Amino acid sequence: MGGGITLYHFLTLSLIIFSLGMYCVLTRRNAIGILMGVELILNSANINYLAFSFYGGHRYDGQIFAIFVIMLAAAEAVIGLAVVLAIYQNFKTIDVSATETLSG
Amino acid sequence: MVAQVVFYLLAALTVGSSMMVAFSRNIVYSTFALLGAFMGVVGIYILLAADFVAMVQLLVYVGGILVLTIFAVMLTQGIADVTVSNREVGVIPSLITVVILGAVMLFAVFHTPWQLGTPAAMSSTPTTYAIGNAFLGEYVLPFEVASLVLLAALVGAIVISRHETRE
Repeated sequence: MGGGITLYHFLTLSLIIFSLGMYCVLTRRNAIGILMGVELILNSANINYLAFSFYGGHRYDGQIFAIFVIMLAAAEAVIGLAVVLAIYQNFKTIDVSATETLSG
Repeated sequence: MVAQVVFYLLAALTVGSSMMVAFSRNIVYSTFALLGAFMGVVGIYILLAADFVAMVQLLVYVGGILVLTIFAVMLTQGIADVTVSNREVGVIPSLITVVILGAVMLFAVFHTPWQLGTPAAMSSTPTTYAIGNAFLGEYVLPFEVASLVLLAALVGAIVISRHETRE
């Protein structure tokens, strides 16, 4: 690509997004907030796939893997939000530290 | 030069929105900031000459996952009252964990000898032809398994979230 943007630019950007998503997952007590952090992490992984696909000889395997990741992210979001709604119906809250029935 | 400006604008949009997702005290603001993050990532994909993946991202993430998340946020009332900080983990240990993880990955990024090929010149031919061929040729088994995964997710979501009614 012209303009001097290298692979490292994209890898660093994806690293920053991953760190923010990880921080979101670790600190949120809200179950939906945790799911949003997971979405950020999956997006950063996709940026890596596409960057390697573009700079590493331009085959299409990276793009295909990115599409599989997007598909799994959709399935994960559907199941995750269904679980969150089921928790909300049973506990009337989605604070993950309040749902500790199974903790010893 | 133009590509550089566009890249930094998109990166600023993505990182700024992601920071708002991670740090905002109100979960509703976080959800809407997620829109900015996804749109920025779509721009990054287009910059990487992946037009089909960018459109899939736009349809699935912005049109599907984000709308679903907004629905879940709005359906669970009193959601803004849940305090942000996690009592069990805490902000400081999380920050330390994230900084250590980030430092390790930064080291890995800049010290790995990547096998770089020559990036193809930007062309206006869409990538859909090659991706479609790969999906129905080399990757046909994962492609079919993916449809089963989606079916299982569909059925599972209905089973998990429906109300139990017994007469």
